[in-house]
Amino acid sequence: MHKFANPTQFMRIANAVFPWAAGIAILLFLVGLPIALVTSPADYQQGNTVRILYIHVPAAVMAEMIYYAMAAGSAAYLIWRHPMANLVSKASAPMGAMFTALCLICGMLWGEPMWGTFWVWDARLTSTLIMFFFYIGYLALGDAFEDPERGDRASAILALVGVVNVPIIKFSVNWWNTLHQPASLSLTKSNMSGDMLLPLFLMMAAYAAFYVAVLIIRVRGELLAAKIRNARLSQVAAMPQMAE
Amino acid sequence: MTHVDGIHEFLDMGGYAVWVWSAYGISAAGLIGILMWSLRTLRAREKEFEDLKNSRG
Repeated sequence: MHKFANPTQFMRIANAVFPWAAGIAILLFLVGLPIALVTSPADYQQGNTVRILYIHVPAAVMAEMIYYAMAAGSAAYLIWRHPMANLVSKASAPMGAMFTALCLICGMLWGEPMWGTFWVWDARLTSTLIMFFFYIGYLALGDAFEDPERGDRASAILALVGVVNVPIIKFSVNWWNTLHQPASLSLTKSNMSGDMLLPLFLMMAAYAAFYVAVLIIRVRGELLAAKIRNARLSQVAAMPQMAE
Repeated sequence: MTHVDGIHEFLDMGGYAVWVWSAYGISAAGLIGILMWSLRTLRAREKEFEDLKNSRG
């Protein structure tokens, strides 16, 4: 953890990782998209709408994983005042919100032709929507205070409050008899055929690599914002009329 | 079957074209959008920092 506490050290590692993450993301999309859209089979029941699976599930997975990362960063920030943890959380939040929105939108576009409805207040959809609201709340709170540190602390607390909802999303299809289908995929086994698992894994990996690459861009931006803030503060302090 | 029929079939997605292509299109817009926004913000801050350093010179 301490290796990442120092921004210079962190950026040295991040800058080394960036070209790999970006290159791997591009490669995975170039390979995964044709398989997802063309060569993988249509489903015998759902036809070609099953191709939405290959962007809906990766978005859902990223949305949840990013929330966990944001919550972990928030905890590290609140407990140890770890400044990089806060920056990574703040840099991640818009991406998590975007992936949640994509998950919900793709789900709706899949639900209308297959279920006959864009929306239903079932357990998984509702808890995912709640996670989206927590993301929006995190982003809004962060900017709500004149003192940025108060905003950062407030949003960190909100992130932790909301993290309890994320495993509910996962277990909702087991705990309640809901419309959204149960898991066909676990860490050890799957009901899906190999020629559907392949594009799914490729797209999940593509989304993950994309997140890492864009996160690095965003963390650079956050570090610069902090530097600019410090430079402006020291400029004000150095003004002659301030040195009373 | 000609090539044009194949492409037409691909675009049609078995009748589900509007759903599948909307989903892929919105996803692409979201991903590309956040990438562009992040790059633009970074560039703007780099410039702002440069200007700050130069003005203090």
